[in-house]
Amino acid sequence: MNRSIRHTRSGVRNAAFALAAGATLLGGIAVPAMAQRDPAYASARSSGQIGEKMDGYLGIVGAETPALRRIVNDINIKRRAVYSEKAQSANATLEEYAFAAGCQAILKTEPGEKYQAPNGSWQTRGSGAPARDSRCP
Amino acid sequence: MTAPKQNQGEGWTLRLSGIAMLVAGMVALGGCITVNAPEEPIVIELNVNIRQEVIYRLAEDAGNTIDQNADIF
Repeated sequence: MNRSIRHTRSGVRNAAFALAAGATLLGGIAVPAMAQRDPAYASARSSGQIGEKMDGYLGIVGAETPALRRIVNDINIKRRAVYSEKAQSANATLEEYAFAAGCQAILKTEPGEKYQAPNGSWQTRGSGAPARDSRCP
Repeated sequence: MTAPKQNQGEGWTLRLSGIAMLVAGMVALGGCITVNAPEEPIVIELNVNIRQEVIYRLAEDAGNTIDQNADIF
């Protein structure tokens, strides 16, 4: 008797927890990430001075300036740290994870932004799908 | 009269050994015929296949990582 009540209670608690977890998950998907791009990075990106490379890192598209180099290096170091951590938990190499992220990052570029094509050239993203490496899903 | 008999015996032995050799040859020939030629070798480019497989496996994880770190992507 007592045992069955305890069972029911734990069941209710589990259900409540599952509901809360589900709500958190939904919230995480629906609400855009809190952190946004730095304004200097955002403008350099939208103006085509910085582009997404195939290897998962940023590159300078045109003439290099110290300011652009600083932005690109700063973000690439942070990306590398994230890739490294995620690669370890996904049981992959840093290069593999970075490449997989590059596939997705190029896919997520918006029209007008620059990305690196499989032949190494810089391309401007149009309205269609970007030209990506054949290994990209 | 004894000589032809001896010859006959020798001839019989020769015939026997000849048949034995023929049978052995046929068996050997039969074996040769039944052995199939090896099929074309199957080349598996492991380096490329594994890599693409890994990229596919990581795709969803990598997409989530980008969304969770919007400030650096």
